[in-house]
Amino acid sequence: MTFQLTEEQRMIQMTVREFARKEIEPIAGKWDRESLFPEETISKMAEMGLLGMMVPSEYGGAGLDTVSYSLAMQEIAYACASTSVIMGVNNLVCEPLLKFGTEAQKQKYLVPLAQGKFIGSFALTEPGAGSDAANQKTSALLKDNFYILNGTKMFITSGSHAKVFITTAVTDKAARHHGISAFIVEKGMPGFSIGKIEDKMGLRASDTTELIFENCRVPSENLLGKEGEGFKIMMAALDGGRIGIASQSVGIAQACLDAATRYAKKREAFGQPIAEFQGIRWMIADMATEIEAARLLTLQAALLKDRGLPFTKEASMAKLFASEMVNRVAYKALQIHGGYGYLKDFPVERYYRDARVTTIYEGTSEIQRNVIAKLVLSTED
Amino acid sequence: MNIIVCIKQVPDTTTKVRVGKDGKHIDPGGVKFIVNTYDDFAVEEAIRLKERFGGEVTVISMGPERVKEALRMCLAMGADKAIQLWDPAFEDSDPYTTALILSKAIQQLPYDIIFCGKQAIDRDTMSVPVYLAELLGLPQATLVVKLEVDPNARKFIAYRDIEGAKEVIEGLLPAVISTQWKLNEPRYPTLPNIMKAKKKELKELNAAALGLDSAQVGEKGSRVKVLSMELPPPRSKGKILKGDPREVCRELVRLLREEAKVI
Repeated sequence: MTFQLTEEQRMIQMTVREFARKEIEPIAGKWDRESLFPEETISKMAEMGLLGMMVPSEYGGAGLDTVSYSLAMQEIAYACASTSVIMGVNNLVCEPLLKFGTEAQKQKYLVPLAQGKFIGSFALTEPGAGSDAANQKTSALLKDNFYILNGTKMFITSGSHAKVFITTAVTDKAARHHGISAFIVEKGMPGFSIGKIEDKMGLRASDTTELIFENCRVPSENLLGKEGEGFKIMMAALDGGRIGIASQSVGIAQACLDAATRYAKKREAFGQPIAEFQGIRWMIADMATEIEAARLLTLQAALLKDRGLPFTKEASMAKLFASEMVNRVAYKALQIHGGYGYLKDFPVERYYRDARVTTIYEGTSEIQRNVIAKLVLSTED
Repeated sequence: MNIIVCIKQVPDTTTKVRVGKDGKHIDPGGVKFIVNTYDDFAVEEAIRLKERFGGEVTVISMGPERVKEALRMCLAMGADKAIQLWDPAFEDSDPYTTALILSKAIQQLPYDIIFCGKQAIDRDTMSVPVYLAELLGLPQATLVVKLEVDPNARKFIAYRDIEGAKEVIEGLLPAVISTQWKLNEPRYPTLPNIMKAKKKELKELNAAALGLDSAQVGEKGSRVKVLSMELPPPRSKGKILKGDPREVCRELVRLLREEAKVI
């Protein structure tokens, strides 16, 4: 089987590639060094339709398929992983609003999010509830048409720049994960504040923050879906999110490979370019092969989603393989650079740091293996 | 306004070009093709005029099947219609015959202004826009960095950078304008517009449809023939001068003058 892109998918890939290489790549290093949020670039991306790619045009999106989304994520991540995570999360926030939102919620939140008028974020993780998401403590109590939220969320991407947060909180403690509900929280609602801004190893141009809810009053019409559907809503969004992170991993890995081959052809040792040494050549061959495998797994998961077929297992496989792969590839790319790879003068140092988180967020590798194993064991006799 | 843009599909600047087996063409294997860089300014200027004065932008390109992709990119930027001119007889057309083919297509259309990139980044002859204006009997302004158009007075004012100065030309429409890189900043197609591009009209015209016979076009009709093609010799290693800065400077000037002969 060959994976044949349509003419439009190829055009999207070419357009986003050109944009990313011209408008993002030259400044990504500076954003990383100075922890600058790429505000201006994000608005350019909004104009192009990159922030609500899979949202139908009647709700302000680009109306595209998941394969196109994956291709675009790969190209943006190639230039700047931080920018791609901001883009990925915004696209991710659109999905549950589209699937579970009321018409009024869609008009008020989905349309401007898809158009990139403001950006959105996803608040699920807590200090004590990461992989064990059902164990969250943030509570929501209905009182006079308002839900009163109390608790702390952690590791929230775009926390200090987003305007809208899809937030989960417990409405019925006894029901465990069936007692979790999802809310659309706006920055500026009384009792909502941004806590600590984390000092991260990588993705330094994207902010990651704590969110604090202290008797935060959320109007009851901002409940997303029904009470108790929060976990279902989040998990549905995360399946798509995994394709996003797999795509991001492929993009970073391709940047690693290109940097490594460029360097290996130019750098001379023992009287010849190091690309002539078998040790280096084999590393490059392995990198290229692994990237290709990850890319195909990722596009395959995207294609299944586009065809309306089950894709949870494939999305987890793509995310698991691609994220582990980009760490191996970044390691080799840095190794090929030798001492220079350890310096901030070369972008491979940034790629190496940015790659690291991919096996952790959107479900750790261990969680992906649980998902895959469960589905494999339940379907095969 | 009826605005026409002539574009060319060329190898991407990052492509490593190899000479083909016949020694007269580049080897197209593995080459990625793009819309000629200077043509992007032409398409952008055309779309801006349309946005300002209304009308229609038609993009035309001569070339084989693959140029459809380049035409679709221009449609995605905002052009309304596209025409591909191709016939096996067009193979190996020189700039003159290319302009002839383009002129025949343009003569079938209403037009107020015609844009071309100032040169194509593959052959770099810079001559198609000039031939085209002559063949159509139109005024022309080449290497334009700023353009003002008055569709009611049917006039244009074009600014050109010339050696050490700026030249301003006024002329009558319709005219042929060739675009230089400072003219504007070409937009990126938006994703929804990429999807719409597929639904826009893309017509194909061959030699017969253009009223051309095969002796007038392609290699037969060409005034210029490519005899052979070779890659430039690999760049030799640079020279590093060491020592006292004063002496190094003196030596550098001497080398630039006597060896490199650039000053």
